[in-house]
Amino acid sequence: MQVKVRLHNPRRELEIEGPITIINLLARLELNREAVLVVRDGELVPGDESLSNDDSIEIRPVISGGAS
Amino acid sequence: MKCVTCRGPAIIDIRRHNSNFCAEHFIEQCQRQVRKAIDEFEMILPEDKILVAVSGGKDSLAIWDLLVDLGYEVDGLYIGLGIGEYSDISLDYARAYAQARNLHLIEVDVPSTFGFDIPNGSRAAKRVPCSACGLSKRHLFDEEAIKGGYDVLVTGHNLDDEAAVLFGNTLHWHTEYLGRQLPVLPARKGFPRKVKPLVRLAERETAAYCIVKEIDYLIDECPMAAGNKHLSYKNALNEIEAMSPGAKHSFYFGFLDRAAAFFAVEASIDREGLGACASCGAPTTSEICAFCRLVVRAGGQLPERTGVTAVPVDLGPKRTGSVQ
Repeated sequence: MQVKVRLHNPRRELEIEGPITIINLLARLELNREAVLVVRDGELVPGDESLSNDDSIEIRPVISGGAS
Repeated sequence: MKCVTCRGPAIIDIRRHNSNFCAEHFIEQCQRQVRKAIDEFEMILPEDKILVAVSGGKDSLAIWDLLVDLGYEVDGLYIGLGIGEYSDISLDYARAYAQARNLHLIEVDVPSTFGFDIPNGSRAAKRVPCSACGLSKRHLFDEEAIKGGYDVLVTGHNLDDEAAVLFGNTLHWHTEYLGRQLPVLPARKGFPRKVKPLVRLAERETAAYCIVKEIDYLIDECPMAAGNKHLSYKNALNEIEAMSPGAKHSFYFGFLDRAAAFFAVEASIDREGLGACASCGAPTTSEICAFCRLVVRAGGQLPERTGVTAVPVDLGPKRTGSVQ
């Protein structure tokens, strides 16, 4: 088993070898920490937390909007 | 990570404040920042009748929730823009929130009221979709607020929104817009006071607020916004923020403290000589307001208004730049 990672825009799912911290996972996926949140079972996961191979998380984008 | 307040396990880090928070104290932090913005910029008076523009996204639902929890009575206003399934789903989220909290939601549907939708209308009018959308929303926000007797219109613009618009307007030196890019625009004839109580919160925080408060919101981006300049400005600013936490806050609040006043005269000139639109009666510097021109260009129909005679529409010059 690996860490299941769900992403948006476009919606897709990846599997990443754990254990891995959130900060390292985002760096590996080249995602800016200012632009996303990590959610597991409906709750926020802090950046220093380590994910194990039975974890399933969502990486949720937070940037939105047109110019108005 | 430990919560800066209680030393319990933190759920979020806010690097520009060099602080981490548990769920309970993060909510308090959001409330504190909104209260501070309201007080600092004198956004809302005790007797004000308040309307919040609601899109079904994280920011508008977060500010509605925050204001209600801070003790304000606030009605919601949803504008249906006819952006296919995206508009249908966003309305569902706005309605679900209002129903769950027993709050009043006003709904205005652009396609059924004005006979055009944003995707097709913007194409027909030869406008960028986000420009046509923004113009329509601003016009209808004002119209519904005045019609309903609301003193203040609240929007969910957050720190990232304001910093990105400031970035774009500075890059292109849209000085008339820079002078109006303030957290509060005072009421004038035909316009309610407009306020942005989320200016002290980044959008990562408004999204986190919704997750912690279990507020369901539309996560997916508007399909019309993909690739627009505003989003690219946000990405650029987030790259800077990652290297220099607090950069967005310094940029925006530094502008307010040290630069905005320099553009005030130009902004006021831009708004001088407002008359009434010959079609809808809204304040405008032209004979026909920009929204009514858009409706005609987009192939829609202007609704009949009591006491106002429709006139042929002059399809005058278009403007560029961003204003909120």
